[in-house]
Order: sequence, then C-alpha cells, then structure tokens
Amino acid sequence: MIYLDNAATTVRKPPQVIDAVVRAMGSFGNSARGTHEGALTASRTIYDARGKIAALFGCPRADHVAFTANSTEALNIAISGLVRAGDRVLSTDLEHNSVLRPLYRLRDERGVALDFVPADRQGSIDYADFERLLHPDTRAVVCTHASNLTGNAVDLARVGALAHAHGALFIVDASQSAGVLPIDMEQMHIDALCFTGHKSLMGPQGTGGLCLRGELDILPWKVGGTGVQTYSERQPEQLPVRLEAGTLNGHGIAGLSAALDFINEVGIETIHAHETALMRRFYEGVRALPNVQVYGDFARERAAVVVLNIGDCDSGEVADALAEDYGIATRSGAHCAPRLHRALGTEGQGAVRFSFGWYNTEAETDAAIRAVEELAR
Amino acid sequence: MREKKVWLVVTFHTTAAAIGMEKLCAARGVAGRLIPVPRALTADCGMAWRAEPAARAALEALAAEEGLEVEGFYELLI
Repeated sequence: MIYLDNAATTVRKPPQVIDAVVRAMGSFGNSARGTHEGALTASRTIYDARGKIAALFGCPRADHVAFTANSTEALNIAISGLVRAGDRVLSTDLEHNSVLRPLYRLRDERGVALDFVPADRQGSIDYADFERLLHPDTRAVVCTHASNLTGNAVDLARVGALAHAHGALFIVDASQSAGVLPIDMEQMHIDALCFTGHKSLMGPQGTGGLCLRGELDILPWKVGGTGVQTYSERQPEQLPVRLEAGTLNGHGIAGLSAALDFINEVGIETIHAHETALMRRFYEGVRALPNVQVYGDFARERAAVVVLNIGDCDSGEVADALAEDYGIATRSGAHCAPRLHRALGTEGQGAVRFSFGWYNTEAETDAAIRAVEELAR
Repeated sequence: MREKKVWLVVTFHTTAAAIGMEKLCAARGVAGRLIPVPRALTADCGMAWRAEPAARAALEALAAEEGLEVEGFYELLI
C-alpha cells in the first residue's frame, strides 16, 4: 500500500515508538496510583513526556500540559472549559468538526454567539476579517493551524496578536501541524494549544493533549479519580490533574514520548522539508492535468496536503479506484470540514485528499501522480 | 512492621510535582524516595517525598529555586 492519508493518521511509526509501547505494556502500573515501581515507572514516563511536549510547543510550564485521548477531547476541554454562557467566540471556515461541534453546542446550550472568518474558493482567509469580526465581548478566538482539507496554514502569530489586542483568548487546533510546523505558544500568543499524538507526531492513537499558557480559569470537562485528594468532593484545582480524571493512556504516552525523541533527533525542519518536497512534487505533477482541479493556496506555508477532484466524479469513487486499482490510500468525502467544503463549492462532490508524511518517498509520490493522470483521462 | 523513625515528609498537590521532586533530587544528588502520603497527614491518596529531617533546608531551597509547588513539609514518626 502507498499510504497517502497521513492527515488522518500516520500508519508507519518510528520503530522505537512501537518498542516503547510494548515495553510499557509489560511493565507499567497505573500512573499517580501508588509508589511501587510499576506505578512510578508510568508516572515518570508521563512526567518526561509532559516536559518534551512543553519544550516542543514553547509551553512555559510542563505541568500545564494535560494529556487527553486526542485533539477532539482537548478541544472540547478548552472550548467548553473557557467559554461561558453569553460569551462570543470567533472561529473560521477552515475548522474541523472537532472545533465546530463544540462551538455549535455552546451556541445551542449556553447562548454563545459565534462569528466565522470566511474562506474563499481556494480555502484562503483574509486576516482583516479577524479584525472586523472581533467584538468587545469576544471571549475567544478558536482557530486551526492548518486546514485538514486544503493544507493551507494560518499565520498564528498574527491571529494571536489580534486576539490579544481585543482581549480575547486564543485557542489553537494543532492537529495537522504538531511535529511539522514550528509552534511557539509565547511568540504566537496561544493560550490553549490542542494537539493529537497519532498524526504528524507519529505516536500511538489515543494520545493527545492540551497545553495551557498562564493561569486560566478552565473548568474540567470530566471529573473523577485522580490518585490525589480523594476525600475532596471536587476535582483538584491544580493542573494537570484538574483536567486528567481517570487513568491516563500510559502505554500510549510512552509511545508518544519515544516519538517526540525521534522528532527531536530528526528535527521538525527536516521532517517538514521532506513532506513539503513530496507535497510540491505531487502538486506540480497533477495541477496542470486536464480534468483535474486542485484546491488550496500553494504560495504560502502549508501542511503537506493536496486535495483535488477529477472532473465531476464522486470523490469516493476516485478514492476507491486509487485504493483498489493502484493500492494508494487517500481520503475522500467531506473530511469533517463542512464549512470549508461549502466554501470550496465541493459539498456535493467531496474531494480526494492526498497527505504526505515522513515515511513517504518520491517513488510513491510519482506513482500517485501516474494514477491520477490515468484516472483523469 | 518496620521500625519507626522520624522522617521529613514533603507533600504535593499533584503527582506531576511529586515526580518533579524526585527528578530534581536525583539530578542534585539529594537522597530520598517517593512514598504513599502518610495517613497521619491526610487520608487523601497521593505520593510524598521522604527524606532525612536534616535535608529540609536543602529541599526547601531546591523547591523554591525550581518553582516546584510544595503543599507542606512535615516531620513525622513513620
């Protein structure tokens, strides 16, 4: 299989990630649940992983890194924990349903007003729209770092500065960028950064987290066992335990920690350069093909994604032909990005997304170009 | 049971802080180890750092220097 669905999850992981998970599954007790060697080994591994995440994202405090199951959980915690009834939130048309549905729920259940920065037919946004749509009562700006549909990246430092200039919190969905695009919470004015471990961080599924800058009054999304303050009727106030009720995915976090070591060894600049080179090679190979329409802005920084359609073919049929006839894995349909598909005009057809990762090669990329060329004839 | 003696017990609000203390002490060569929080201090669960009472000043300085949040320092017969 030629795997070009890295925006959904990375299938190939560094071998040390797999080794770390296997070792953890043979040795870990429950972290924060005792001081025997098994429990301490888990607690120490998770502690180290927090430090690595904080260092990678410029989070000032490692204990402000709370682990979650994925970006969706982190975004639910951040959005529902920071936005109050009657607040206003500004987001964008680029967002995934992991941002949109928590926002729509707040609108429906807490009377939160929502504004959206519109995207054009190439999925680009105009930064002046943030300024125009930031109101005095805007409590937060929630924004993706890179679209999971087009790969277009957002200038976070610019949006973060605008948000803070208007007194709004800045919540970022880094699902498509963590591990490949530079992120610095301080420099980019990010108050809450939500990430997943299983995509470009190359860790196991079931890992992710939320990094918080500063002292935010964030309500826990779930409450329960923590291993501390047992007789308190309320969730502990202190981070990270405030947001981490229940047993953490210690086995997964051990793998994520090994993945972070791998990324630090290789360097995110090197990873980004490799993925970008493949993405551009593919783009150049398909953009001028007759009957092929590519979406997105390729003049600026972006994630390694190319999304396209062939004529008026159902995107699902194209993805199925790629998988069945060429052994190429892509993602078709709506990609959980309803507002952006509407902006692109692809709500009915969907689109076929090719997303590149560290383990892809030029030969695989060229095979994908040939496949698109044949299917478009 | 083991013979009791007076120990310095350092408690924390979070497991992350307790593991942080262990890391710091290992890095600085300060003796001690993590134990379940003595129930004489609290019936809540959690872990505490146990060290010789003479280490108190060094541990207080270490925690202050590194910004490690400590709930309290106690001398206990345990």
